[in-house]
Amino acid sequence: MAEKTKTNKEDFIPLTVEFSGGLEMLFSNQKKHDVSIPARDESGNSSNIAFLVRYLCDNLMKDPKKEFFIQDNTVRPGILVLINDADWQLEGEDEYEVKKGDNILFVSTLHGG
Amino acid sequence: MTTTIDTTIHTLREEIASCETRLAELRTQLAAAEARSQTESRNEQKARKWPLEKDDYKRYGRQLILPEIGLQGQLRLKKASVLIVGVGGLGCPAAAYLAGAGVGTIGFVDGDTVDESNLHRQILHTTPKVGMSKVDSAIDYCKSLNPTLTYTPHRTPLTPQTALPTFTPYDLVLDCTDNPATRYLISDTCVLLCKPLVSASALRTDGQLMLLNHPSRPAGSVPARDSDSPPGGPCYRCVFPRPPPAASVVSCGEGGILGPVVGVMGVLQALEAIKLIAGGRRDRRYEPSLLLFSATADAPFRSVRLAARRPGCAACSARATVTRDALAGGSLDYVRFCGAVEPVRALGPGERVGAREYYAEEPDPDPDHVLVDVRDKVQFELCSLAGSINIPYSEIAATALPPRRRIYVVCRLGNDSQLAARRMKELGLGAGGKRWIGDIRGGLSAWREVDGEFPDYG
Ligand SMILES: [Zn+2]
Repeated sequence: MAEKTKTNKEDFIPLTVEFSGGLEMLFSNQKKHDVSIPARDESGNSSNIAFLVRYLCDNLMKDPKKEFFIQDNTVRPGILVLINDADWQLEGEDEYEVKKGDNILFVSTLHGG
Repeated sequence: MTTTIDTTIHTLREEIASCETRLAELRTQLAAAEARSQTESRNEQKARKWPLEKDDYKRYGRQLILPEIGLQGQLRLKKASVLIVGVGGLGCPAAAYLAGAGVGTIGFVDGDTVDESNLHRQILHTTPKVGMSKVDSAIDYCKSLNPTLTYTPHRTPLTPQTALPTFTPYDLVLDCTDNPATRYLISDTCVLLCKPLVSASALRTDGQLMLLNHPSRPAGSVPARDSDSPPGGPCYRCVFPRPPPAASVVSCGEGGILGPVVGVMGVLQALEAIKLIAGGRRDRRYEPSLLLFSATADAPFRSVRLAARRPGCAACSARATVTRDALAGGSLDYVRFCGAVEPVRALGPGERVGAREYYAEEPDPDPDHVLVDVRDKVQFELCSLAGSINIPYSEIAATALPPRRRIYVVCRLGNDSQLAARRMKELGLGAGGKRWIGDIRGGLSAWREVDGEFPDYG
């Protein structure tokens, strides 16, 4: 039984997700969210950033303008994804498997001046 | 005996007198020589050439005594030339600090004239200068701040045809513009000409800053294996290979901007430029990063690590398609690359009325119609039409409409109002055609045809 409880607890990964550069307006105008996402995606693989993006779009995003966050199954152009304050290019982009306590920051580029 | 002694005394007295005369002569000569020597050394000092102008020591004294600047740093600043593209909320504070610090040549690119809506943040422009070229206004300010520098005006907007010749004479470029197309053009030009780029942007209460193409190496260049010289830094396309969808791009006019927020970013650009120039070593290893500023966050500054040059980058990799010929020949269409927002045409002619028409036909107050303003709450509180109710666009689905026969929708410019009216119909609020739903063409901006006193905050 103890074994089972432990497994259940590990079914979810607690993460901090942050939005900046106006993206927070798509997520209830809140910049920082503590979320727990399933440890495995739809196909039973370890959850990666690609899954996190889908998950956030389906579960956290209340705004109907989905195309302002997601396009062609990934974040739209003009959004930087930072995994623990480093460009996701340095971490394997959307294939990076999320870990407990990771900080994932989505930044929309600004153009005003 | 007595005679001999007398003679001796006499002789000695004569000798002493002679010596004293000689001594006096020598003292006079010495004094003359000393005086001459002092004048000469003074003359020598006068003729000595100091590396900075006499007034420069005083003007730049407070920064000269910093180890980060010092004499060599100041001389480098004096020799340097910096181009500021965009003389708005970023360009104004950047220019003021570069002129203050003594950057020898400062160039300004902008085709716009000063507008009243610029004044809360574009600190070089003043109320009497409304209507004046922004470039002339900025040079006017900088000249009075520091008349010892050279200021070069470029009074037309940057285009692919003008970019290369405009950038060529400068050492360093500051991107202080406000749209994606120009940002790509500036970065590409900097890569082609091997110039570092300090890029900043701001919107609402947020700002971003990056030092790009630093160190500045030709596209595709790889440092020799045995050299310890670092590779070239990423360019704007490395960070953002594809432009954002045009509909997602929000301007300061649409989204708003807080003056000190864009001011902070412009000041940081000037700081990066001064550090880069005064430090002298353009070749230094540099970890690419993006500085995020958020005025409302608990910790307003945050720096994140960026990746190195992107292997397939269209501008700075070995496979670059952005070339001098392509740029100068006009085959790179930046405006098309970034796309344009299609005009909204969500409603047909029977679903739209003009401002005058509405004013003439709909009495107020009226039990038969309601006017729904779909701007956000902040804008509604700023100014609204008598009798209108506020249902922000995002809350349409969740808000019940009053039971009236006709629903008029209004927004700032007449785009969101069309989308809102269509959305209401999709939600079934038209009661199968029994209830008329439409919008006011041209929005509140057109309302000024009816009421010239209605506030214009745009
Ligand atoms: Zn690049």
